[in-house]
Amino acid sequence: MKHLDEFRDPALARALVERLKRITTRPWTVMEVCGGQTHSILRHGIDQVLPEGLTLLHGPGCPVCVTPLETIDRAVAIAMQPGVILASFGDMLRVPGSHGSLLEARSRGADVRMVYSPLEAVTLARANPDREVVFLAIGFETTAPGNAMAASEAIDARLTNYSQLVSHVLVPPAMAAILDDEHVRVDAFLAAGHVCTITGWRLYEPISARYGVPIVVTGFEPVDILDGFMHAVELLEAGSPKVANRYGRAVQADGNPIAQAVIDRMYEVCGRKWRGIGVIPQSGLKLRPAYAAWDAEQKFDVGDITPQEPAECIAGQVLQGRLKPADCPAFGTKCTPQTPLGATMVSSEGACAAWYRYGRKSAT
Amino acid sequence: MSDRPDFSGFTCPLPKLDHDTVQMAHGAGGRLSADLFERLILPRFTSPELEPRDDGALLDLPPGRVAFSTDTFVVTPLFFPGGDIGTLAVCGTVNDVAMMGGVPQALSVAFVLEEGLPLADFHRILCSMEATAKKAGVRVVTGDTKVVGRGQCDGIYVNTSGIGVVPAGRDLGAHRIASGDVVLVSGPVGDHGTAILTARAGLGVQTQLKSDCAPLNGLVEALLASGADVKALRDPTRGGLAAVLNEYAVAARVGIRLDDGAVPVRDEVTGVCEMLGLDPLHMACEGRLVAIVAAGDADRALAAMRDHEHGGGAARIGAVNDRHAGVVTMATALGVERVLDMPLGEQLPRIC
Repeated sequence: MKHLDEFRDPALARALVERLKRITTRPWTVMEVCGGQTHSILRHGIDQVLPEGLTLLHGPGCPVCVTPLETIDRAVAIAMQPGVILASFGDMLRVPGSHGSLLEARSRGADVRMVYSPLEAVTLARANPDREVVFLAIGFETTAPGNAMAASEAIDARLTNYSQLVSHVLVPPAMAAILDDEHVRVDAFLAAGHVCTITGWRLYEPISARYGVPIVVTGFEPVDILDGFMHAVELLEAGSPKVANRYGRAVQADGNPIAQAVIDRMYEVCGRKWRGIGVIPQSGLKLRPAYAAWDAEQKFDVGDITPQEPAECIAGQVLQGRLKPADCPAFGTKCTPQTPLGATMVSSEGACAAWYRYGRKSAT
Repeated sequence: MSDRPDFSGFTCPLPKLDHDTVQMAHGAGGRLSADLFERLILPRFTSPELEPRDDGALLDLPPGRVAFSTDTFVVTPLFFPGGDIGTLAVCGTVNDVAMMGGVPQALSVAFVLEEGLPLADFHRILCSMEATAKKAGVRVVTGDTKVVGRGQCDGIYVNTSGIGVVPAGRDLGAHRIASGDVVLVSGPVGDHGTAILTARAGLGVQTQLKSDCAPLNGLVEALLASGADVKALRDPTRGGLAAVLNEYAVAARVGIRLDDGAVPVRDEVTGVCEMLGLDPLHMACEGRLVAIVAAGDADRALAAMRDHEHGGGAARIGAVNDRHAGVVTMATALGVERVLDMPLGEQLPRIC
């Protein structure tokens, strides 16, 4: 398949592995921020072919994983109210809240719908004028333009039975928070190409300069990721901390101004709690105050939300690169994709789920 | 497309009825029920067993063990590229019987109709069932129709049960799978699940993709007639290829290793799955089979399948080993072996 096969070419991938082994002379730790890349690394077995000195850390870039428990509990509480249709993306519906997931709420009578596009929820609101349609809008800079566009369409059409429960997060503040963490050593980052398609790669220059870390923007196929590691190691070995764009087929220096404009029109930057990590200042997006009437958090009074995390779950440590999924005593036993204790075991982009899915085997 | 049923020349005029839509009275056992049965249903399923209109069917079967299977179909949308719920209901049960080694003989058909279902839609579904049953060479011998109120079901649900006779000496099943056997698939996987997904309103994806929905009993007979030592057969419906292979790995206490790139997948299926974050190996097929065959017979089995209209895309995709019992793995492009797990939970609308 064009634009896919060439980035999965076995000969090219093996050549990159060989080159990476040749140029790695010292131990380095590289974090891939994005859950999509974590998934791809494990799916293609890239972690098993890297040079010994190169340590991988999985970052906090799975939007489902970092959505705070309060938000899920609030979504469940809103979904249980009469007349509400709650819509969100597939994986979000399976994340366990303090008292079950949205899918479990559905089995208790809530009307919970899975949508593939945020605009589907606007269509739902138009088709059901006597119902309240609430869209749980989550994700990074990648999903923000689509969700903002859906909000814009509903608000411009004065659809009063549509609202958004917004829990958007931003990548650069999380990278800075990880670099500020004295327990974590990250020498370089792989940054996610799709985020940069929206934001542009220049956004990372201040972080790279301030912390002296190379940041390599790359894609999601094996050749992309290996090429990303190779450039990260080249920059590290050369002592040249800068931003390199290796996803030139999609990413420009300043990103997509139209997408940025729609985000800016509907959302504003706010402090945001990240599940398992805590509050990171200036790391979230919320609806602008002018659109309070479409903000589900303000529209639905569901009382106080007091979330209860399962004590055993180490998702927060995993998301910050402090521990690996297999360090968790519950991994693969009490906690599996069928019975997840935390969100990192739910989403296909979650590090625990990816480890479980691709890494667990008795094969030798 | 030569590997799919072709009903293009088939016409089936809707008989004149007093109503345009299903009424509650159509299921109440009175005149309207009789009307529906006599004028709409019976003409589509003429068989000597159905004709006496008794409460059940009396069957004369050839000698052999009887394979018996049942399945209920709730697919949405009811009509999709490559078929409809009627095609699916006949193929699904015929294929289940065929995978047991049974030569399908007779089907029962039971409908749950929703009040308000257009009778033209019901008629179209019945015509599909008639054409598919004819193609499969199987008779509908008994059935039932119930009507539920509007909103109590999604238009129509169909249950089919089927029986087939297993000729003497045929022994298929996970118990025969052993290390060294090879894994074959009869064609590209994931067409049905992906076609249904893209037919779903609101997704905004347009492809030329059609469901692979087809009766496979002819292909099974052709494969078995080749003389190849076929150990086990399964049609990878819900959960796709990954689910079938995982079930085999657990049931037979063996490992199964697939070669990356060996599993045939159409570009459209790969494209839709990449976009939505799904795995083609988790997508349902309704006209494909997986065969576990003794290693020395792989070429003969493949040739027999490729000669059949429903097996043109047959391929060897992997082998059975004794190294990782209960686990299916896949060799990636980097030469690394990784796990191919069962799919999880809900990722699709109802597909069968």
